Amino acid sequence: MFKDITLGQYYPTGSVIHRLDPRTKINFTFAYIILLFVVNNPVGYLIAIGILALVIALSKIPFVYVARGLKPLIFIVVLTFVLNMFMTPGQVLWQWKFLHISRQGLKLSIFMSLRLVLLVTGTSIMTLATSPMDLTDGMEADMSVIPGIKRFAHDLAMMMSIALRFIPTLMEETDKIIKAQKARGADFETGNLIERAKALIPILVPLFVSAFRRADELATAMEARCYRGGAGRTRMYVLSYQKADTIAYVVLAATAAAMILSRFISYPWPFPFN
Amino acid sequence: MSLKIEHLDHIYAAGSPFEFQALKDINVELEDGCFIALIGHTGSGKSTLIQHLNGLIEPTSGTVYLDGQDIFDQSKEDLIKTRFSVGLVFQYPEHQLFEETVAKDVAYGPKNLKLPEDEIHERVKWAIEMVGLDYGKIKDVSPFELSGGQMRRVAIAGVLAMRPKVLILDEPTAGLDPHGRDMILGQIQKLHKAAHNTVILVSHSMEDVGRYADRILVMYHGKAVYYDTPTQVFRHVDELEKMGLAVPQVKYLMRALKKQYPEINDDLFTVEDARDEIERVLGREHHV
Repeated sequence: MFKDITLGQYYPTGSVIHRLDPRTKINFTFAYIILLFVVNNPVGYLIAIGILALVIALSKIPFVYVARGLKPLIFIVVLTFVLNMFMTPGQVLWQWKFLHISRQGLKLSIFMSLRLVLLVTGTSIMTLATSPMDLTDGMEADMSVIPGIKRFAHDLAMMMSIALRFIPTLMEETDKIIKAQKARGADFETGNLIERAKALIPILVPLFVSAFRRADELATAMEARCYRGGAGRTRMYVLSYQKADTIAYVVLAATAAAMILSRFISYPWPFPFN
Repeated sequence: MSLKIEHLDHIYAAGSPFEFQALKDINVELEDGCFIALIGHTGSGKSTLIQHLNGLIEPTSGTVYLDGQDIFDQSKEDLIKTRFSVGLVFQYPEHQLFEETVAKDVAYGPKNLKLPEDEIHERVKWAIEMVGLDYGKIKDVSPFELSGGQMRRVAIAGVLAMRPKVLILDEPTAGLDPHGRDMILGQIQKLHKAAHNTVILVSHSMEDVGRYADRILVMYHGKAVYYDTPTQVFRHVDELEKMGLAVPQVKYLMRALKKQYPEINDDLFTVEDARDEIERVLGREHHV
């Protein structure tokens, strides 16, 4: 039941994208997210789609696999689309009884749902192409240059890496508990809402118990190996930028410039929506 | 109840880089009323196989028949009924306990069966006693306050209370002390002898397998390699060792003795049988 969730999953192919420095990938993704909110025109979106397509192609991760991560989002995307389309006031293009589509609505609905899709795809391609270890290393490195957060960079990164590490474990555990209760005749699919919620108790109680047990065991294991936080800790693999990273930053700068400039182009009909 | 496994294949995460074929064309007919041991090294597909037997996971191809009924070709209600007929005790079953009291937890299965209140009560009492616990003392205790071995037994009782005709246990003795192990296996055998139910025991202990099983199913890399009596299966000493398995220690001893005393019977797996046989052959020689 959890097989469809691709966000936070690693898909190793050993491609150029996979071999990039994690800092590059995190910064790129972060900048990409911001740029998606800067863009307000078709050319900008085309650039955003293009750069994402390029990254997906370079990563050698099958497109279907990336797209699968969007599955749980279909409902939200459709809802965004429909709400924006019918609820935005403006120059009416089409009307039937109380329903109307305005020019502005059409634009907003397309752009908003596109933005959502790109946001999720963009972030999931980063997690698909970066191992959880690399990801937290990159975050730690990124955070330790920000004044204020600097002091907690290691602890935050450690918490994050533990959390990431336990996602698959707890999912497996959940799956096992569900199966064990199903083997005792549990039925999660029929009955009304209250009955179904009640049916979850035999899953949630053992899951919490096991999560606490695991946390306790992990804490003991860390203490047994003299873990005492980040002070004075050295790394086995020190992050260093390569040529590919320089290229990635150049591409990012060019993309950012193009996306920002696309705001100032004057567009022919039907584009100047507002 | 007979279980017939036909051309069973199972592929995990098909279409991803983690794709893994756990079962390859399994064809076995598990006889009614047998005590069957399922052996194989870690990752040989044992756990995947047993989860197919009560319909918890669906095969990629092939199927399982329970008394002639294809268990993957029936309504959801009937599939749930199948799960009451084929009771599955997972590894570390104590991790699935959730109720406030032992009695309530054991009653979870019978309650899902929608049995009348008095029969639930009777079954809970029977099941708790069946695993060697004192019903009166333990019924109102929280399962989380018990020792590891007791929790394990309560969890097994939770499956026994459904009175399954086929009882499957996935390494029920993992992590228990020798006393706890003998206790649990002894109770399972007692139940098997009294109720003539089919028992499928996944185990890594060749000693236990040799002691309790009527049949052994050997899995290797997702394939069913042997399905025969312990005598026959344990004759393949070298093949089993190549699969990362072994035979009971006693079998090694008897095999070594056979080189010296060709008349000795080396198809023995328990210390008691070996003692009698050695006395029979060597004792006689001693007197001559």
